[in-house]
Amino acid sequence: MDVIVTGLLLGGTYALIAMGLNLQYGMARIMNLANGEMLVAGAFAAFWLYGAGQVSPFLTVVLVAPLAFALNWAIYMVFLCPLVKRAKSRGQLEVDAILTTFGLSFVAVGIMLAVFGGDYFSYSYLSFPVALLGGTYGANRLAAFVAAVAICGALYLWLNRSRPGMSIRAIAVAPDSARLVGIDVGRLAALAFALGGAVTATGGALISTFLTLDASTGVLFTLKALVIVIMGGVGDVRGTVVAALMLGLLETFVASVIDPGLTLAAAYLLFVTILLFRPQGLFGRKTA
Amino acid sequence: MRLTAKDWQGLALTAVLLGVAACLPVLTTAYWLTIGVTIAMYTVLATSWALFSGPTHYISLATAAFFGVGTYTTGLGIEHLPYWVLPPLAGLIGAALAALVGLATLRLSGVYFVIFTLGLAEFIRQIITWGQTVSGTKGIYVLTSITEAHIYWQLLGLAGLVWLLGWLIGRSRLGFALRIIGDDEEVARHSGIHTARAKVMLFMVPGAFAAITGAVLAPRYVYIEPILAFTPMLSFQVVIMALLGGTGRLWGPVVGVIPFTFLWEGISASMPNQTTLLLGVAFLVIVYVLPRGFVGLIEDARARMNRAEGYA
Repeated sequence: MDVIVTGLLLGGTYALIAMGLNLQYGMARIMNLANGEMLVAGAFAAFWLYGAGQVSPFLTVVLVAPLAFALNWAIYMVFLCPLVKRAKSRGQLEVDAILTTFGLSFVAVGIMLAVFGGDYFSYSYLSFPVALLGGTYGANRLAAFVAAVAICGALYLWLNRSRPGMSIRAIAVAPDSARLVGIDVGRLAALAFALGGAVTATGGALISTFLTLDASTGVLFTLKALVIVIMGGVGDVRGTVVAALMLGLLETFVASVIDPGLTLAAAYLLFVTILLFRPQGLFGRKTA
Repeated sequence: MRLTAKDWQGLALTAVLLGVAACLPVLTTAYWLTIGVTIAMYTVLATSWALFSGPTHYISLATAAFFGVGTYTTGLGIEHLPYWVLPPLAGLIGAALAALVGLATLRLSGVYFVIFTLGLAEFIRQIITWGQTVSGTKGIYVLTSITEAHIYWQLLGLAGLVWLLGWLIGRSRLGFALRIIGDDEEVARHSGIHTARAKVMLFMVPGAFAAITGAVLAPRYVYIEPILAFTPMLSFQVVIMALLGGTGRLWGPVVGVIPFTFLWEGISASMPNQTTLLLGVAFLVIVYVLPRGFVGLIEDARARMNRAEGYA
């Protein structure tokens, strides 16, 4: 029971992070390997504001999200737009995007190392125990989970009910046809990319309340988010949530039953299994 | 197989250059020998990487995984087997591992392959670390009488072997098939090329060579730990060096390896924290300034010179 609740709580936060990547990869069609660094940057902001002025991480989010949105918008316009324009094929764009975002990720790590140093950082916020379903859990984990669920829900509604949300889903499904019905694909792709960055940074600020991070942990979160996105199906919000909860459960199970050092190995095995048996994701349809 | 005069020229030139490079340990100090080992190591890794990734455009980040497996082959085997058995054994293990990875992923699109290979080194590292915790051992000592010069000569020989193999592949049916796959995989499939098999076979080349390189370098480390043997930086450095040089020509990667090694050594000596920043900037430079690497620059310059002569 303990494992299940902890796993679900962790999975909820993972869902938020993976949702950010899914917006970027599924909708804007950019495989952003600097995604984890955006998360760490969000976490740093929360850490720094909490240390400097005791600002609650949940208030920090209000500041972090627009900043991350603007930053990712700029990144898309400056670095990725030229690539989208010059790419002759989807494959070409993919290779270029991978190299560029790897570059950006290393640059971000380098900058964060220079500014904050290489130490681990953590702070204690809402770290009193809460009794729930017969076990006790940190209030920070619980609060982060609730916030993550709220944001995921809002995103889901926005994507399914609002006009810009539906247009974004249209460009995810058929970028060429979307143009025919009067959707500005370039602008919306930038919007989806920026929104994805904002969601990820928010996830970072939330996750920093209960996890210890350092400047170079970003890539681990990128990997986890990727596993979730691919498992849930690229561009599929529902699948992302289910896959994130599954990964949270699996990691917690492996960490408590076998060895905490094997969590990534477990995520990787899950990824391999998915690739071999359901490469289109849990809910995805076969395309090729 | 018929060789033209140009082929003989290339072969002779390579042999002479390798011969000159082989004199390094005799002529210079220990510092330059260390640099020489680093350059030779990255030459082998980057050139074999480019053999696969150049024509197929699949970006492999598995170098560290294969390298680490090779290092551990020497580390675990040195107690039981004579040293000369170990590098070939590592090569076989590396090739087998590459074949498995290839069979699992090469049918899928490029992104999956990148993620898969990036995770592979971390996966093996966690498993080995866990194995050590369970069995209660720490690292492994590799104590041999092998000197830095011996390692250097072995790596040079290996580099020669990579070039020879790359040249032979380029002339073979496999090489021809790969060029078609690189241009358009759809066309390749329609003209009866078994694309998955060709890619898996070729992916075994960098797998084997990276493992052999790891096995050869193990005595240099003396003490092997998972974090050292499977350092993810290695994969990225190899990718950057190969792309910086250019993957279109067999001699391309080495043109990237030499300047980048010096740059890397300089930066890590003066500003050790900024090596990640350097890696990042190098990636961006490759994408925006040098999409074809130094090879592209050199060939453009050559074409311009030829044109100028034509008008004169």
